[in-house]
Amino acid sequence: MRQTTQQEDLLRGMWKENPVLVQLLGLCPTLAVTNTVLNSIAMGLATFFVLLGSSILVSTLKRWIPKEVRISAYILIIATFVTIADLVLNAVVPETHKALGAFIALIVVNCMILGRQEAFSSKNTIWRSILDAVGSGVGFIVALLMMGSVRELLGNGTLLVDTPWVVAPFGPHFEPWVIMILPPGGFFTLGVILLVLAWWKERHHVPVRPRRWPHGVTTAVEAEPVGVGASEGGA
Amino acid sequence: MSEQKLPMADSGNGGAPPPPPIQVSASSARLIATLATAGALAGLAIVMAFQWANPRIEAYKAKVLAESITEVLGGPDHYETVYVENGALTTQPLDTTGLDRVYVGYDENGKPMGVALEAAEAGFQDIITLIFGYDPASGDLMGMKVLDSKETPGLGDKIVKDTAFIDGFENVGTPLVGVKKGQGSGGHDEVVMITGATISSRAVIGIINHRLEALKAPVDTYWSATLTAGGVSSDRAADVGAPATAGGGS
Repeated sequence: MRQTTQQEDLLRGMWKENPVLVQLLGLCPTLAVTNTVLNSIAMGLATFFVLLGSSILVSTLKRWIPKEVRISAYILIIATFVTIADLVLNAVVPETHKALGAFIALIVVNCMILGRQEAFSSKNTIWRSILDAVGSGVGFIVALLMMGSVRELLGNGTLLVDTPWVVAPFGPHFEPWVIMILPPGGFFTLGVILLVLAWWKERHHVPVRPRRWPHGVTTAVEAEPVGVGASEGGA
Repeated sequence: MSEQKLPMADSGNGGAPPPPPIQVSASSARLIATLATAGALAGLAIVMAFQWANPRIEAYKAKVLAESITEVLGGPDHYETVYVENGALTTQPLDTTGLDRVYVGYDENGKPMGVALEAAEAGFQDIITLIFGYDPASGDLMGMKVLDSKETPGLGDKIVKDTAFIDGFENVGTPLVGVKKGQGSGGHDEVVMITGATISSRAVIGIINHRLEALKAPVDTYWSATLTAGGVSSDRAADVGAPATAGGGS
């Protein structure tokens, strides 16, 4: 694997290899709880906390975790952080916890988190794992916010509902598109966002860069760069 | 894998040359020890988080319940928790676990105002949990509040948000009769259902009717006993003083 710089570790997950928008990981919470901006933020922060905690612990303990039981150990670490996040959210923001329902507990099976442990934290230093986790976590929050703001704006006519900063940009006479806050609206919004991003990529097509293989053969890389996360194959 | 490695039973005998070492990076004991240690540490962390969070969660639940009771009984001075034991109401059951609770509200003079009952049944999507105030003196409903529901956003969730619908449960006779908008005959027991949320509205009305059907007799009996005794509320201090620990603290 090509050694990456710290800046790349941090920025990679935020946009270029965004867990949701590029790798299409963690789609279950992305579709399920992004019906308001507040829910998106809460789910994003909870996932961020779990990802960061698990990455730190996995990269710290990687030397002592036998490879035969590494997946079990990762799941155990992730599940512990999820349970703690679940309890803390329930104690601190009970209303939001109620709105997120079972999806907090389901962070355990978020492919993005296990993917980062297996693909990155288990092979890299603590500091680089932190950078990677922060990047991916922020990328996840960005994706959830994109979904949440579009869906709440069209489906409820507001932004930041249930918070003191609620705004209604369309005024009181807007008839909400209720379907946007229902499950079909989630699929529809994600589809449109991915379409726009793909179209934008086409427009700003990066010319094919030559890549030098180890044995000296120069060949062309396909348009999609083969990154760390590209081969994870998660659902 | 070569076939020579398969007959592992030979490894114990004396004269034969030692078999090639089996390529494993960790023994089973080490794997078990790793996971057991990790499990123990994870359990410890979760218990610590739980001990921090649980009092807050219970306090919040008790606060929500107290607010709901205040709302559906029209602002009582205090309330008393009564348990349903063997089809009768009692303030001091042998064991409170698993017993249904009703809450009797009193005004500042110690006069009973009404009874709040919790109920839960299936709605359109999932279980709807609600609490309602019932006045045994007149047999009327005093108010209703949905505590928990997962009804369809924008449609069924109007049972939580539509104030006209919720206000429709104040001072209506029981059992309730749900009528569609504009089709009511103006009867005392009619509740106007929400257009577009008929199933959820009907579920709410059904939940209240079923609950009253089951508990009307014991509640009425307890109520008349309370009125005639006049002093049942004198032992209320124990319950009323500590609504925050209503969950039992288990």
